[in-house]
Amino acid sequence: MTLSLHLWLLPLLPLAGFLINGIVGKRLPKFAVSLVATLFPAAALAQVLWIMTCVHRGLLLPYVERFATPWIAAPGFHADFSFALDPLTLIMLLVVTGVGFLIHLYSVGYMAEEDGYWRFFSYMNLFLFFMLTLVLAANFLLLFVGWEGVGLVSYLLIGFYYTKDSAANAGKKAFIVNRIGDCGFLLAMFLLIAHFGTLSFADVFSNIGAHPEMQGGFLTGISLLLLLGATGKSAQIPLYIWLPDAMEGPTPVSALIHAATMVTAGVYMIARAHVLFDRSPTALMVIAVIGVATAFFAATMGVVQTDIKRVLAYSTISQLGYMFLACGVAAYATGIFHLMTHAFFKALLFLAAGSVIHAIGGAQDMREMGGLRKKLPVTFWTLTAAVFAISGFFPFAGFFSKDAILAATFIFPHGGKALWFVGLVTVGLTSFYMFRLWYLTFFGEPRYQKDAAAHQPGHGAHGVHESTWIILLPLVILGVLSLIGGWIGWPAALGGNDWFGHFLRPVFGGGRATTTIPADFTLERTLSGISLAVAVLGWLLADRMYRQNRNAASRVGNGTQPLYRLVWNKYWVDEIYGAIVVAPLLAFSRSFLARGIESGVIDGTNNAWTRIGRGASGWVRRMQSGNIRSYAGWLAAGAAAVLLVVIYFSHLF
Amino acid sequence: MSVPAVWYLILSAALFSIGVCAFLIKRNIISIFMSIELMLNAVNLAFITFANHWHQVNGQIFVFFVMVVAAAEAAVGLAIIIAVFRSRNTLNVDQIDLMKL
Repeated sequence: MTLSLHLWLLPLLPLAGFLINGIVGKRLPKFAVSLVATLFPAAALAQVLWIMTCVHRGLLLPYVERFATPWIAAPGFHADFSFALDPLTLIMLLVVTGVGFLIHLYSVGYMAEEDGYWRFFSYMNLFLFFMLTLVLAANFLLLFVGWEGVGLVSYLLIGFYYTKDSAANAGKKAFIVNRIGDCGFLLAMFLLIAHFGTLSFADVFSNIGAHPEMQGGFLTGISLLLLLGATGKSAQIPLYIWLPDAMEGPTPVSALIHAATMVTAGVYMIARAHVLFDRSPTALMVIAVIGVATAFFAATMGVVQTDIKRVLAYSTISQLGYMFLACGVAAYATGIFHLMTHAFFKALLFLAAGSVIHAIGGAQDMREMGGLRKKLPVTFWTLTAAVFAISGFFPFAGFFSKDAILAATFIFPHGGKALWFVGLVTVGLTSFYMFRLWYLTFFGEPRYQKDAAAHQPGHGAHGVHESTWIILLPLVILGVLSLIGGWIGWPAALGGNDWFGHFLRPVFGGGRATTTIPADFTLERTLSGISLAVAVLGWLLADRMYRQNRNAASRVGNGTQPLYRLVWNKYWVDEIYGAIVVAPLLAFSRSFLARGIESGVIDGTNNAWTRIGRGASGWVRRMQSGNIRSYAGWLAAGAAAVLLVVIYFSHLF
Repeated sequence: MSVPAVWYLILSAALFSIGVCAFLIKRNIISIFMSIELMLNAVNLAFITFANHWHQVNGQIFVFFVMVVAAAEAAVGLAIIIAVFRSRNTLNVDQIDLMKL
């Protein structure tokens, strides 16, 4: 079949939107800006759906599109602009364009009153461009271009309210922390070039496949460096600290970039490079431990947060930890499955939270919410679907993906039981803090300022009210997806056929032999039952503490004062990093770089040249006497000198 | 029986040297201007001498060019001198030193 999919068009569509809105958006009316901003992602989504039908009709995967001229051609190394499509990419494309389009639609309503409307949408479209480049790339270098690009847009959008100091600082923090991870990614690419001479996925992986004796060794090194890059982008220990601060950006940005798509790039990258990781049990173990530790610690931090968006941020970190755990036990398809369901329900959580924040006039503190169930019915029901999904209740999306991860972890031979247990505790914590958010926001006494919404321009004086349809439509669609999105991965143990796993099998193979689930389903069913029970336990606990007995929470907090303070201060990780890394760096910069190099060497050299120039000109200007006869004398003397040289010394030249 | 070329060249060199000396010594702009003309014509004489000696016409063509340029230069120079005299009431070069430090 010689059908061309025109993959090149896919990233260029949002890029066109970015260019139009970025260049002339300021002069366009708001309506035109929104039209441009939503139509181009919609076109990209349409193309992805068309590709999906082509695949369904029997297009052979993987499909590769290469552009005629090489991008970089050097002796011994070359890289192409080439895009590849395989089932993994297709899933990512669907998530990115689908969720991306919905969030664009939502933003049209959410950002309507904001300054810099066109700037916001041009950045959002630029994000889609880079993200599509990232997932379509057929080599590490092009993936890295997208990787850096989404980092840039993330920085731009975290600092969208650039007049606010905290937002500008959060943007810088995200950017700098990501640089540490990117450093690892770059080193990994250098090692790949040194050992394989190419960065193309197909070439590297077939090369590894042809050498079964390659185990561990430098592959562990490459894998760990790639993992460092992934921990930066996907906000895992030790580089997770930027994500909670990234909530300074507008809520749709938190939903699209810092929950649904960009932060999952690390998981995607690990899944993409799974051939490397499969050869290195050490690296896999490190991923699993990092993943489960992040899942647990982020969940504990989420339990005490009071800012609704920060709770969701820690929850994102925690869920990303689950995806890492899945990759660490070599159940990559499961990790991607959770990535997809997470994209649905976490985007929904953020968008619904945004709808709540919008309704009560901008407050984000859950202590100032409460009792909103009746006022915001659509938001309440969709958010409820998302809460049930993330907590892992049957038959919501999160149940299938999370249980698949826990089951794969349990049968992992190296410490699988311990990893599973921590993961299970985290399920309870997740359920607890999500229902805490649910109760604090929607139940109990109203604690918000009744007239807050009236102060906002364009809201009239009718108090707290439900948002417009353009905000609610994406919520409803995502709510439905949070409910049914997991059904495509309905496991065999529960009578399904795990379509998702079969679809991804060409990419990941059967996984490693150790992770195939035994034919006996009782184990899997038992595990599902246990995690469901733990999730219900978390719910009941939240119900007791935040609905039935409202003083219970503060009593527990006071009863465990040291522990509570430790968690409340987020384990002092920011402070520790500040003391260990930031303070010495600042001291070094100030004392050595600023005083020694900057003012000593650089300024010193400049000043020296200035002094030389000034001295020389002071001497030379004496010749400029203003006396014509002295000039004439110099002229005559010079002519005489030239004559002398020509006549008597010509042999010297 | 003609005068040998070297006599003409000696005359040319003498005229040129007189021009240079006058240029350096004189204070009046008009005199300086005249010494420049003297140097130009000394060079013209040398050109003519060589043209005659080698039986080539190039030297004579050069002389015409020099004369044309000198005429133009005289017109411009005299105009400048008149302008200077009108504004400063002097033609002493030692007093016309605006660009001096």
